[in-house]
Amino acid sequence: MNPLPRHDEGRLAPLLLEKIAVLADLPMRLMEVCGTHTVAIFRSGIRSLLPDTVELISGPGCPVCVTPAGEIDRAIALARQEGVTLATFGDLMRVPGSSSSLQQERARGGAIRVVISPLDAVQMAEENPARAVCFFGVGFETTSPAIAAAVKEARRRRLSNFYLLSSQRIIPPAMRALLADGTVNIDGFILPGHVSVVIGKAPYCFIAEEFSLPGVITGFEPLDILEGIYMLLRQRKEDRREIEIQYSRAVKEEGNQRALEVMGEVFVPADARWRGLGVIPKSGLAAREEFCAMDAAQVFDIPYAEVEDPPGCLCGEVLQGIHRPPDCALFGTQCTPEDPVGPCMVSSEGSCAAYYKYGRGNEG
Amino acid sequence: MCLGIPGQIVSITEDQLAEVDFSGVRRKVSLLLCPEVQVGDYVLVHVGFAIQRLDEEEAQETLKLFDEFLEASDESPSEA
Repeated sequence: MNPLPRHDEGRLAPLLLEKIAVLADLPMRLMEVCGTHTVAIFRSGIRSLLPDTVELISGPGCPVCVTPAGEIDRAIALARQEGVTLATFGDLMRVPGSSSSLQQERARGGAIRVVISPLDAVQMAEENPARAVCFFGVGFETTSPAIAAAVKEARRRRLSNFYLLSSQRIIPPAMRALLADGTVNIDGFILPGHVSVVIGKAPYCFIAEEFSLPGVITGFEPLDILEGIYMLLRQRKEDRREIEIQYSRAVKEEGNQRALEVMGEVFVPADARWRGLGVIPKSGLAAREEFCAMDAAQVFDIPYAEVEDPPGCLCGEVLQGIHRPPDCALFGTQCTPEDPVGPCMVSSEGSCAAYYKYGRGNEG
Repeated sequence: MCLGIPGQIVSITEDQLAEVDFSGVRRKVSLLLCPEVQVGDYVLVHVGFAIQRLDEEEAQETLKLFDEFLEASDESPSEA
């Protein structure tokens, strides 16, 4: 059910833009945290329609982009082990590690399979009892309940050959780290719609309470995004700093309690490393003790090694909103979607890829 | 990567598995994270799992708000 396109977008969008223009008397820098928003904003041309005073900056909400190269290396090391089949989402295949990618490994004959759902990896394990099937699970809170459910399903089926290599991250601690760092000036947040479907509103309240900034949980249709921006400007006009929900057809204040329960049964918060942001306390998810036997990082000999970012690559700064993609000397020359240097150019949701594809003439 | 695709539940086939219609394409979807949904409900689907029932009343509220915008603009001659 997506009722918004039924409405006259062509008539409504100018009206919302007019309302935005009335409120945008002073500059306002808004961060869209989520990569799916970044793409939706570029694709719809919203940047070019907004008043000059409203600046949109992309944040760290692209799971592929924030996965450090060292974790890609570890997945590659796992895939190279005898008897292992590595299953993962297609988005991860082209992300460069220090010397290879999963796609290159597969081209060399590595047993690497792309799956749409983590349950497909469970099924694969059941059908291939002689192989160790390892699911390389990358994602934010939107995806983690599904990964947790797959782990529980493997346990229910009594599979002893299913493993998880967890590279999961949670969004609010990263936002806290960004705000505490203070390098980036942000006047408000367009908050991620689908992460919020799971976690609800409460985990963002510190943004308003401790940092005195507004946030609006926003949907992904162009009209949703325009309304989210309008709501942020309206908060400033009315001198309010709150977390509001624009995407109310999908997001409940309390989130999806069942999904949170399943996540909590399998995972506990753990420190995690983010590309560009470093190690952020309690911003990742590790397997609970009762699921350790399925934790590939503990079962297999795949030590983590830090990898330096490629020389000249500004992905780390782009992910924090410190630099825009065109500020990078490699952008569009040495680094293109066909031949990417950094992960922000690999993922279709990376801000470099979005700038490259839609950016020209789309500057707000 | 956090894409969520809306679809309508056509049937609940087995224990916590549903057939979901995505504008004509049908797929099996797990209801493990959304066990309370029923046939006819719209759900948001992510990596093979329904992650939320879409709320029709809330959707209507959004539409109502947009209708108010349109009505206000129709009444305003300067914006005609």
